Amino acid sequence: MKHLFQLSILFFLCIIGDFLAGLLPFTFPGTIMSMFLVFILLLTKFLKEEHIADAGDFLLQNMALLFVPAGVAIMDKFHLLSGRLFLFLFICLITTFLTFLVTAYTMKLVIKLQTKKGQQ
Amino acid sequence: MKELMSNPLFSIGLSIFIFEIFTWINKKTRLAVLNPLLLSIGFIILLLKLCSISFDLYNQGAQFISMFLAPATASLGLSIYRQFPLLKKNWIPVLAGCLAGAFTSMASVHFLCSLFHFDDTLRVSMLPKSVTTPIAMEISSQLSGIPSITVAAVVITGILGSILCPYFIKFLKIDDPAVAGVSIGSCSHAVGTSKAVELGEIEGAMSGIAIGISGIITVLLSLIFF
Repeated sequence: MKHLFQLSILFFLCIIGDFLAGLLPFTFPGTIMSMFLVFILLLTKFLKEEHIADAGDFLLQNMALLFVPAGVAIMDKFHLLSGRLFLFLFICLITTFLTFLVTAYTMKLVIKLQTKKGQQ
Repeated sequence: MKELMSNPLFSIGLSIFIFEIFTWINKKTRLAVLNPLLLSIGFIILLLKLCSISFDLYNQGAQFISMFLAPATASLGLSIYRQFPLLKKNWIPVLAGCLAGAFTSMASVHFLCSLFHFDDTLRVSMLPKSVTTPIAMEISSQLSGIPSITVAAVVITGILGSILCPYFIKFLKIDDPAVAGVSIGSCSHAVGTSKAVELGEIEGAMSGIAIGISGIITVLLSLIFF
């Protein structure tokens, strides 16, 4: 019962998020808006963790399953990737490394600057 | 098989069952390459092709699984909230790192896709590949990409990250666990984070924070640039 109630809260927050996203002057994903909404409501204590935690954690822990149908949809789009599969994987590999490299060195630099400032 | 599949309940049950089997195999073998999501998608596609069942027929039931994506994405707000105290302490370097990382990811995908003459649809589908799947899918459909290609790119990126990150850390001589954690989360989202958790507590927590921050930054960057 408790879990179902929590799930209904989450569904309603999604609808409110969708509505709020529609009010923005630019297109913004409704689900991301509901993510912000949950975060802000928790931060401002309007929503308590126990109001959504059980259902929320269940969804978070099993999230990967929810992408199975979205992924299977690629079966109708294979023609777009045909002959490019190797390049597709290559791009994934190179950009993953570059992203790691730039994130790590930017953080290192900022931490270095912060400690330098602290010493002065 | 076709008769079975025309009952929507069958594709729901099948998807959950197959996913659970691959999750079990993944836990037993502890091999990142055996990613349950990727294997389930591959297996179901193979099954549908062999029985010549269309995606639309499968999706009549499976769409009810997708429906839970919205509350699951909203629940990410809960995990960001839990990591907020840790973020507050280190927000300047974390924010700087995630911003630089998100920009690098999108810019490098954009550049390489243009270099290899990928068409626009394919390019925008790959653009959000370093962020967590629900956010990436939203960005992709917002930019009129193909969400299923985005899912593939995101999952492959996550697997690459979780396998290669320990080597990246050694190769780039990263000795700060917080830096390692944020970098893993920024380049390979939740799948990479599962590896970061194995590396250490700080790595895991920082990687989790980076998933949320990078996701939000990528949404904003895609609104600005595309």
